[in-house]
Amino acid sequence: MKFKKFKDVKNFIPFLVYQEYKDESIIVVSYDKLLFSLKCLKSHIGLQYNLLSCISGVDFLSNKYRFSVVYDLLSLTYNSRIRVKAFVNEITPVPSIINIFINADWWEREIWDLYGIYFDKHPDLRRILTDYGFEGHPMRKDFPLSGFVELRYDNIKRRIVVEPIELAQEFRSFTLETPW
Amino acid sequence: MILKKKELNREFKNFTINFGPQHPAAHGVLRLILELDGEIIERADPHIGLLHRGTEKLIEHKTYLQALPYFDRLDYVSMMAQEHTYSLAVEKLAGVKIPRRAQVIRVLFAEITRILNHLLAVGCHAMDVGAMTPFLWAFEEREKLMEFYERVSGARMHAAYIRPGGVSMDLPLGLLDDLYIFADQFNYRLDEIEEMLTNNRIWKERLIDIGIVSSKKAIDWGFSGVMLRGSGLPWDLRKTQSYEIYSELDFSIPVGSGGDCYDRYLVRVEEMRQSLRIIQQVIAIIPEGPIKTSNYKLNPPSRTEMKTSMEAMIHHFKFYTEGIVLPAGETYTATEAPKGEFGVYLVSNNTEKPYRCKIKAPGFGHLQALNEMSKGHMIADVVTIIGTQDIVFGEVDR
Repeated sequence: MKFKKFKDVKNFIPFLVYQEYKDESIIVVSYDKLLFSLKCLKSHIGLQYNLLSCISGVDFLSNKYRFSVVYDLLSLTYNSRIRVKAFVNEITPVPSIINIFINADWWEREIWDLYGIYFDKHPDLRRILTDYGFEGHPMRKDFPLSGFVELRYDNIKRRIVVEPIELAQEFRSFTLETPW
Repeated sequence: MILKKKELNREFKNFTINFGPQHPAAHGVLRLILELDGEIIERADPHIGLLHRGTEKLIEHKTYLQALPYFDRLDYVSMMAQEHTYSLAVEKLAGVKIPRRAQVIRVLFAEITRILNHLLAVGCHAMDVGAMTPFLWAFEEREKLMEFYERVSGARMHAAYIRPGGVSMDLPLGLLDDLYIFADQFNYRLDEIEEMLTNNRIWKERLIDIGIVSSKKAIDWGFSGVMLRGSGLPWDLRKTQSYEIYSELDFSIPVGSGGDCYDRYLVRVEEMRQSLRIIQQVIAIIPEGPIKTSNYKLNPPSRTEMKTSMEAMIHHFKFYTEGIVLPAGETYTATEAPKGEFGVYLVSNNTEKPYRCKIKAPGFGHLQALNEMSKGHMIADVVTIIGTQDIVFGEVDR
């Protein structure tokens, strides 16, 4: 939805970049201004983005600030969406927004599990989607598609064992470098 | 030394049970750790991830068309709804409009999917609570609808039918006639199911005042779809942020008042009737025309053209070897899937594979609130609440 309240945003929120792509509005903020910006977007009477739809992580391996944490907000009163992005590297913790939006709980746990981005002051940051003893952060671009370990049931030991992976044929990815 | 009873330090720990991953009422694979005080629940901690298949990582290694069948398998009871969202996202990035007949067919199948999903939701919910018969009646209706899926795409469940650029194949002759006959008798079937449940004393006692969600809490927890509408908020993406031809159709949105499980059940049944109304309108207005865009960057040309024209031959070759190449950009597209707001956040980088495809499943957000919704209720009510949230683990775990 077209974001008509740009001038309000400009006055209150310390954003770095504002983009509009077709009819979507995107704001990039620095991670230390994140709590303030989101609180503003939620509680300001002219903005009222009170529903957090989704938090995603994206991995840009070649950038200095490798990860981007993307918050998608929805305003029911004004019927509009906005996207807030913050770029972080592997060691910077991002402040958890669980005090502003309580449903950020599981979304942040998922990003911690799959990307390794640590959320500061999250009450219960543990793995949510991967297996109980899994090591590594699978959605990072340097984690291979087939992983490092494979599981199988060992009849002698009568339990599941974890072994390094053995593939008969490597995963072939077809990238056509010459256009013709 | 004699210990007096009052000197003993008593420490109470809650009784923890595992509502295990293999349980007929756990709706898939859900491991719920329940901390109980007698039979009242103090805390419910869902452990998910037992059906995690790495869909998002796999999509990053496939072309846009190869990634489409993953979306069928996410919420495996309402298949075409997710394909629809993904196709809308890809078309938005490509900046392509699809022909009107394709849009109408998509709306038709989206509503058939909605009926499919609600039949399973109400049927399985009833079975979990204890009523066995509506489950079997609902599944008989689902069989009739899956026959339509099969006639149009070849597969009963996972039809990779709604594709970026339109729809994969045209409707066969006679499908609309049979749909009309189905729509005629479906109201009576719904009446039969309702007669079994709606005014039943036991059903009402099990469902009224269970899992009450106020409208403020519903917004705080990020609910969408029936969970929001059951709590009194008239928010439906088909009306507020309409896509395809929904703005031209005449249907109403049922809204509940109390926010408890009974209201949500009534909302789902009424939504089925409204979907039927939409299907009847769509059968009347469907136009003639092409069902795919003529933009050969998104769709392969037809075989006669490929054999006669040189450009069509090149487009055919490029399409089937490399795939669609989308310009760099990102989009978050959401549609009103039967379970709630299903969103796809697609990031593209000028190659033939998506750079990042994040899937926002409504069930993930709803299951988070299970702890809060079931505090103070009993174990049997947890089953009711999981059923009313309409959780399907394919989309929660991805």
